[in-house]
Amino acid sequence: MPIQTEHEIHGRRRSRNIGLGLVLLCFVALVFGLTVVKVRQGGLIEGYDHQPRVSLTPLEPEGEAE
Amino acid sequence: MTPARSDISEPIAGKMADINAYEHTPEAQFGDYVALLKPRVMSLVVFTAFVGLWVAPGPVHPFIGFCAVLFIALGGGASGALNMWYDRDIDAIMNRTQSRPIPSGRIEPTEALGVGIVLSVISVMMLGLVANWFAAGFLAFTIFFYAVVYTVWLKRWTPQNIVIGGAAGAFPPMIGWACATGGISIESLLMFALIFFWTPPHFWALALFMKEDYHNAGVPMLTVTHGRRSARRHIFAYTLVLAPFAIWLGLTSVGGPLYMAVAVVLNAMFIHGGWKILQRSEDQAIADGYAVEKRVFKLSLVYLFVHFLALLVQGWMGGW
Repeated sequence: MPIQTEHEIHGRRRSRNIGLGLVLLCFVALVFGLTVVKVRQGGLIEGYDHQPRVSLTPLEPEGEAE
Repeated sequence: MTPARSDISEPIAGKMADINAYEHTPEAQFGDYVALLKPRVMSLVVFTAFVGLWVAPGPVHPFIGFCAVLFIALGGGASGALNMWYDRDIDAIMNRTQSRPIPSGRIEPTEALGVGIVLSVISVMMLGLVANWFAAGFLAFTIFFYAVVYTVWLKRWTPQNIVIGGAAGAFPPMIGWACATGGISIESLLMFALIFFWTPPHFWALALFMKEDYHNAGVPMLTVTHGRRSARRHIFAYTLVLAPFAIWLGLTSVGGPLYMAVAVVLNAMFIHGGWKILQRSEDQAIADGYAVEKRVFKLSLVYLFVHFLALLVQGWMGGW
């Protein structure tokens, strides 16, 4: 069977290939948007586990600490 | 030693047959993969999870809220794909499900299993990164509950399948709440109870007028195992159990006058519908083509949607 540049199967799979491509593009855009939002919000956030970053938290005045 | 001609041609002939079969297999389109995720069930998941997130105390960035609901829905879709993979044999028997992607031959069972597992992992991991790991763990548990506890263990074993399995459909508002608060509270538990106790009368009303499907597939629906009289009694009993939880939700921090008014009216209507189903004999139902049962089934759809819509509007207006 000769190998064709455009096999008939490419036509049959066009819809799902385009759909999957769009889904992947949307996923990339989503992760990018999330990164922007998380970075803007997360001034006091450290690393992957979303824990407050102790080194960045404001020091409490000594009188209030007790 | 040179192999005989038949030894060479047989594998080639086999491969050619494979190629021909491959070319004549119905090709799955993108919509078939979407159908694999049960979009109608996903729409309920999206709506209830969104309401759970919306009414929860504490601000959530709109984009983070959008992504959280999206991945909760994806998790719900993934469990739908796993359900379709496991139930492919009974789906092929029931009229309602024969045209699904696996029984119709458009998607291979193993492919559906792969899609279900991959999307489960992606949705749980992404929800953990987007919101918090408590909500992600809750989503993972929900997928496990629907795909394993309901689909594999309960559905073909007990007529109480949809009672216990209904919990899977009731978790999304709790997950939405958990995305905003990182935990569970009485409000989220009552939203769970609202869907949990709504599920049995909703499905048994459907089973009353879709009787042949479940019977042919051998699914132990209450209507098949205990008879239709028993199913009618159960429907009415569950509408009575459901009402206090719906009203109680109106007395919490997410309730208010609007929600309470809606809940009182809808529960009165639902109990009345359950009572009418209880009063009817099978002969009466057959005579009018299950008109009352169909009406109560439609009412059950409106019941759940309007309750959550009222919560949404009440959250926007402010509560008590």
